[in-house]
Amino acid sequence: MRRSAFRRSRGEGPFRFATTGAGILLLAIMAAIAVFLVVKAVPALQANTSHFLTEKVWTPNATKPVFGIAALAFGTVLSSFLALIMAVPIAIGVALFISHYAPRRLAGVLGYVIDLLAAVPSVVYGLWGVIFLIPFMQGPSTFLNTYFGWIPLFAGDAVYGKSMLTASVVLAIMILPIIAAISREVFLQAPKMIEEASLALGATRWEMIRMSVLPFGRPGVISAAMLGLGRAMGETIAVALIFPATFDIDIRVLSANGNSIAANIANGFGEATPIGQGALIASGLVLFIITLVVNMAARLIIARRKEFSGAAA
Amino acid sequence: MAKQIEVSDLDAYYGSHKAIEGITMTVEPRSVTAFIGPSGCGKSTFLRTLNRMHEVIPGARVQGKIMLEDQDLYDKDVDPVSVRRTVGMVFQRPNPFPTMSIFDNVAAGLRLNGRISKSEAQGIVETSLKDANLWNEVKDRLNKPGSGLSGGQQQRLCIARAIAVSPAVLLMDEPCSALDPISTLAIEDLIAKLKNDYTIVIVTHNMQQAARVSDRTAFFNLAGQGQPGKLVEMDETSKIFTNPTQKATEDYITGRFG
Repeated sequence: MRRSAFRRSRGEGPFRFATTGAGILLLAIMAAIAVFLVVKAVPALQANTSHFLTEKVWTPNATKPVFGIAALAFGTVLSSFLALIMAVPIAIGVALFISHYAPRRLAGVLGYVIDLLAAVPSVVYGLWGVIFLIPFMQGPSTFLNTYFGWIPLFAGDAVYGKSMLTASVVLAIMILPIIAAISREVFLQAPKMIEEASLALGATRWEMIRMSVLPFGRPGVISAAMLGLGRAMGETIAVALIFPATFDIDIRVLSANGNSIAANIANGFGEATPIGQGALIASGLVLFIITLVVNMAARLIIARRKEFSGAAA
Repeated sequence: MAKQIEVSDLDAYYGSHKAIEGITMTVEPRSVTAFIGPSGCGKSTFLRTLNRMHEVIPGARVQGKIMLEDQDLYDKDVDPVSVRRTVGMVFQRPNPFPTMSIFDNVAAGLRLNGRISKSEAQGIVETSLKDANLWNEVKDRLNKPGSGLSGGQQQRLCIARAIAVSPAVLLMDEPCSALDPISTLAIEDLIAKLKNDYTIVIVTHNMQQAARVSDRTAFFNLAGQGQPGKLVEMDETSKIFTNPTQKATEDYITGRFG
């Protein structure tokens, strides 16, 4: 047979096979995990004698299993949002300092330190929280309770170091580096010519940042915050060491109440009966869904940024 | 109020590199002064020393003296921020604030100077846009983003933004180099109109433009690669383009180099 001058090159076939295979393998693994989780969770959910979504109590190992996600989901969302509220302003400050205020050499060092902080294993943060932060938080917590006790969040008759607030502070410290690092990248990308436009109008450096850097960086900071939120909600070991591990819905963050889905899994999986394991897996599925929703919200915001294309300058 | 600029023996550096050396000149008020010269001769650098934008670049610094009427711009008590409020600037590429409306772009400088009432802002924005020959084109869409305008309109928006704070001097760094001929003509007409009220300094690569719009022309040149740029001569524009004193000026304007 005559060979065409335009024949397909020989390397193409195997390479296409390898990449397609890798893609399919990834999907297959994901599907397998999902199927496994659902299969394990269903018998437990069937054995449950209460309503899974509204029940607060978590006693799946009892002969008559009663368990629900309400208190755990509440604790997960509340602690993560508190962490976000504490971390975002500081992260923006750190990012702006590195991108627009610090001398170049110091900025390099600081950027490196931030990346390093992000790489510290979470169990280290947890141990630090237990040994240092729980006793330390007694003071600030008492202060908040005494002077801001009229806010429901800080209300309560007694104040505990091992509380929702302490867990949130640890979470805030853990998500700070990733938010700061991404925000710094976004702020550095603010167009020089737009910054010069405001400087030439007689803006001070802070005014320049407000006019040219922050509006440009806002979508990026929001998605960085969403990423941090996702991390905070999935964080396990650090908060498992700190949460009081109760099953109450309690808005008072200084009380001895608080737990999260991930922490509950870490604390309970070892001694769980098969039904108990299934219940924990079901809670893991709920966490997966919450995280998915947060990530989708972040993607939505990033997608909106494309229309915001004035920044294309 | 248009003001006179007097520069004496000015050097500007980027780190250890000397970009311009020994510049001495007087820029007359209510006139257009053009800077011409080959690429890299330091004319833009010099322009940026006139409103202390040069030092925005890390490592950049200036030696020498620039007097705006009786005020030394580089006196150690002078805040560069206040210099830039008096000496406005228009850049090579139009740079309206992309996240602001047309109205907010023009009002941006006013708001830096402190709170002003809405009606006051409206008045100034309208006058500035009219002065920039842009009002009729944008009056129905002041709340639309400035980035939606054409390049020439954006550049006139930037001029409106610069004159809204009524500066004494208006610096223009190749304001037409990113524009088509019709937009260029619109800007040149505008410059001719604005010189009645402002001291205008324009850097241009286009010698016809310098000949058309300016009253006086300064020719900059550099001795060689890595050498600092120097002012070769400065005179009435008609004299520079017909009968320059220096051989280098003649060679440049007749297109023998640059």
